[in-house]
Amino acid sequence: MLEGLLLGLAAAITPFHLAMVVFGCVIGTIIGMLPGLGPMSIIAIMIPVAIGLGDPTGALILLSGVYYGAIFGGSTSSILLNAPGVAGTVATAFDGYPMAQKGQAGKALTIAAIASFAGGTIGAILLMIFAPALSSVALLFHSAEYFALMVVGLSAIAAFAGTGQVAKALMMTILGLIMGTVGEGALSNMPRFTFGIMELQSGFSFITLAMAMFALPEALFLVLNPARGTQSGSGGEIKDLRITKDEARKIAPVIGRQSVQGFFIGVLPGAGATIASFLGYAVERNIAKGAEQAEFGKGSIKGLAAPETANNAACTGSFVPLLTLGIPGSGTTAILLGALIALNVTPGPRLMTDKPDVFWAVIISMYIGNLVLLVLNLPLIPYIAKLLTIPRAYLIPFILFFTLMGSYIGQNNVTELLILVSFGVVATILRFADYPLAPLLIGFILGTMMEDNFARAMQLYRGFGFILERPMTLGLLILAVGLVFLPAYRARRARLRQVGVADGD
Amino acid sequence: MALERWIALAFVALCCIYGYAAFFTMDHLLPAILQRNPIWPSTFPKILSVLGVIVGLAVLFSAKPSKAAEADTTKEPSAEDIDHRRLGDYNIGQALSLLALMVAYALLLRPVGFVGATILFLALGGSILGERKFHILIPVAAIATGTIWYLVHEVLGIFLRPWPAFLM
Repeated sequence: MLEGLLLGLAAAITPFHLAMVVFGCVIGTIIGMLPGLGPMSIIAIMIPVAIGLGDPTGALILLSGVYYGAIFGGSTSSILLNAPGVAGTVATAFDGYPMAQKGQAGKALTIAAIASFAGGTIGAILLMIFAPALSSVALLFHSAEYFALMVVGLSAIAAFAGTGQVAKALMMTILGLIMGTVGEGALSNMPRFTFGIMELQSGFSFITLAMAMFALPEALFLVLNPARGTQSGSGGEIKDLRITKDEARKIAPVIGRQSVQGFFIGVLPGAGATIASFLGYAVERNIAKGAEQAEFGKGSIKGLAAPETANNAACTGSFVPLLTLGIPGSGTTAILLGALIALNVTPGPRLMTDKPDVFWAVIISMYIGNLVLLVLNLPLIPYIAKLLTIPRAYLIPFILFFTLMGSYIGQNNVTELLILVSFGVVATILRFADYPLAPLLIGFILGTMMEDNFARAMQLYRGFGFILERPMTLGLLILAVGLVFLPAYRARRARLRQVGVADGD
Repeated sequence: MALERWIALAFVALCCIYGYAAFFTMDHLLPAILQRNPIWPSTFPKILSVLGVIVGLAVLFSAKPSKAAEADTTKEPSAEDIDHRRLGDYNIGQALSLLALMVAYALLLRPVGFVGATILFLALGGSILGERKFHILIPVAAIATGTIWYLVHEVLGIFLRPWPAFLM
């Protein structure tokens, strides 16, 4: 391994490759901030540039830099505008945006930058150590387990929604899953629930839904009630950047746990940064006690650090199946695979022996990329946070415009904009009635993947037999049922205890 | 009836329509060869519709007064909270005008072109929110529109028609 590391170091630390890391991170961060352009589209856009370099190592280093940059840039718009442009940063908005509202935008961005750095760096160390062994474990996970894993993820999100909110969160999750079934399914090319509308054939777009659920209601609330968000005026001050010793002590264990958990979830093909960030958030919320748990969703630093660490660690983790098996674990790594093949490099078990310089240079570039992102972003944070001090007569039309652009750029379809406005109105009404909207979006994102895996498991086992025949699936599903009923059981016990006390009186 | 129960009722109705479509309108369209599969395109929606009705009814019959309502009765709500029963106190006219402006933007984007529609959107949006310094508002809108168009169209290569169709 040491030999490989030195080889990678020698290949990565050339002025040209260092320039590629910096260039990739800068481009990724800037474009990632625009809602609507996720890492997948940014990498797709950068592929011609990367292939034009003609050097596989340089190309892969550039594209990985773009990937990390885009994930970090996406967090910025999640925190400042509540407009997550990427599914992996939706969970970042849960606590990042409330922090920005409280006037702690600078601190939130700093925590995001540090958590991303730690997640990415620890992920890279784990990748180095575990890559060969993990590739074989990932193959043990079949579609049945993926399906069960997603059911656990969805129940966990609903279960931790808060007292009295579990049924509502479940309702929103199911609404998200229902919306995910609109359009042509992977199972057959039959359009479902499109009511003859051509534009719905490919289903609702994720970006449109994300904008409609988060950014649009928030912008409308800012219009409705000008008192809202007035405290964020102090968000641009540099003093907010500092993290106190106490806060660092609080988030350190979260970062440690989530780097490891996020990395291992990222290794599973198909799971990726999105599931890692949601599960990371849910797990940390569950572990937290008392007042700290109540703080989640209202601007908890733990709630921000968890998904930020997990999604970056998972991004690194998703390179394991790509580099060691040649199986892309996510849409983004699938595009990377295409780029590699175009450059005459075939990732797979032989990559480490045939082209060790490429393999190790990419790993080394991950460390450098994360360091560059941190160095690049920390000094810029006060300026990025200043965005919030723009007068509302300018800021609100711009937020609305970016939500419109976000859903237009991806699809080039005007109907998408009308869908955005209608869903935005529905989402605002749901927010008025105190329904949580995150589970809806998570249900929507995971719905398609969940149905695909469910269908594959059903076909393999000719029916529901997979639940009983695969112990891991059964275990995971039992855990999911437990997660949903546990809060109801606890609430009932608490109620009975109260009644008991009243009787005694 | 509280707003959240009305929403739960609407959700149950939606699940019934969805379930009807899944149970009674999809399967006969399936080719005979696919009917031998253990899973049909309607299987997952059928499960979802049943689960949806159960959960919807649970919310409908168990919904407690929302947190906002509790806060209303026990303590003075903070100025930042949003509560639908105080809708009359809010700038509802501004919000509706902005929504109408968004719909107008969607309809005008193609015929007027990106540059014209966006400058209009940003300038009118600002003036709806009370900005009267048009000598600042319009140049800011124009510069922002030009920069974004350049970035999206020229740098990223995503097609956005800048001018009305008859000018190009």
